Amino acid sequence: MSEFLMPSLGADMESAILMEWLVKEGDRVTNGQVIAEVETSKGVIEIEIFEDGIVEKLLVKEESECKVGEPLAIIASDEKKPLHVEEKHESKQPVVQETKEEQIVSEPPKPTALHVEQEARLKISPAARKRAGEMGVDLSKFDPKEGVVQLSKIEAASTTEQEEPTKIESKSDAHIEKNSGMRQAIAAAMSRSNAEIPHYYLSTSINMTPALKYLEELNKKRSIKDRILPVAILIRAVVLSLKEVPELNGFWQDNSHQISKEIHPGIAIALRKGGLITPALLNADIMTIDDTMNSLSDLITRTRGGKLRSSEMIAQTITITNLGDLGVESVYGVIYPPQLAIVGLGAIIDSPWAEGDSLCVRKVMRATLAGDHRATDGRTGGLFLDKLNSYLQNPKELL
Amino acid sequence: MTKEELKRAIIEQILEIAPDVDESEIDPDANIQRSLEIDSFDFLKILTSLNEKVGIEVPEADYAKVDTVKHMAEYFSKHL
Repeated sequence: MSEFLMPSLGADMESAILMEWLVKEGDRVTNGQVIAEVETSKGVIEIEIFEDGIVEKLLVKEESECKVGEPLAIIASDEKKPLHVEEKHESKQPVVQETKEEQIVSEPPKPTALHVEQEARLKISPAARKRAGEMGVDLSKFDPKEGVVQLSKIEAASTTEQEEPTKIESKSDAHIEKNSGMRQAIAAAMSRSNAEIPHYYLSTSINMTPALKYLEELNKKRSIKDRILPVAILIRAVVLSLKEVPELNGFWQDNSHQISKEIHPGIAIALRKGGLITPALLNADIMTIDDTMNSLSDLITRTRGGKLRSSEMIAQTITITNLGDLGVESVYGVIYPPQLAIVGLGAIIDSPWAEGDSLCVRKVMRATLAGDHRATDGRTGGLFLDKLNSYLQNPKELL
Repeated sequence: MTKEELKRAIIEQILEIAPDVDESEIDPDANIQRSLEIDSFDFLKILTSLNEKVGIEVPEADYAKVDTVKHMAEYFSKHL
């Protein structure tokens, strides 16, 4: 038997609101299964369980705030099963009844009550919930039976409320509050990083013409939905370089340098209406270029749609931030603790480039690295940037 | 499809891919990516869904010709 605790979904998170249970008491759960949705300053996150077992008791009601580390549920372990060999065909029921009989007896209506509560709860898209907060729209006036509340319904509701001056006031207040929640969380993590981590910074200019030409040829043969974007090739190059310079991939924890075998790069994804989330592209080291592109596309869609999983919020082994789309030339990142490094990728721009004795124009990108000096030094960082450059000059190796 | 209908279809796809964009924010003469903070991923998604709707596939080399709603509608209209 074990307690399922509110996970820490980032170095800066203190608490979150448990929005919805996706399991009920008596349900069997398996490692990796999403069992609840919680709302944090970074939006709604699906939280997973990392063991097999049976939900014995849900300790927390929906829509209540819980601190990191607070027990949310009790999970009965599957390990008890071998003790009841004769019941092997009736896996679920006997275990639940035996492990906590008095609980089931004392609270028989609970699962039904929970079910009713779920039915009556308003289903609302994350973007709509956010906009409702910004606009000060009262969610209680929507009927849960009328289906999911989409952004358009919120906007329609808001225009009917506009005539009241008080609503306009609360709209701007709510907007400031919503934004400041995420800003505060980011600021807390970055202050900690700057205070604790002795950063070193390196930068290098990379000729992207070979990689972009290669990509262009590749994309010509593909339909539009299978096209690869330059950012996918860049992430792939970072991941392959990390395989060769693993010292930058991992954590500084308990005063020691821990290298992660798996590579889960956190990808900085901007939310258009303010804020930034860096969910992990899980197991990027075992992906092909097509997998990378598809997984990235899925990750960006879910980040903006508020459908991330807890594993994606806690597993990052390094961060990649790419501000190329905004035309920024160089990004000097701040390491997200307890990670060891952050890679910054700037815009790819036409620049004068010396090749041999001649000067030409090439597509050039500035790549930067901020590393933790407690774990590595400029030599390691330099080695990494050199590998990154080398992969991008030989793009065939990136597939 | 007329140019106006194409413009409408483009705006609809932008709103679908980026639901947090307000229709009033869309200036037909402004760079779609920069003015609406649409990154290369979302831009590709808009082109992909328009390809399904209008049947025109914009090659990468022509991305500069479809940078605004107006230019995109003109480009589609020429290639219909």
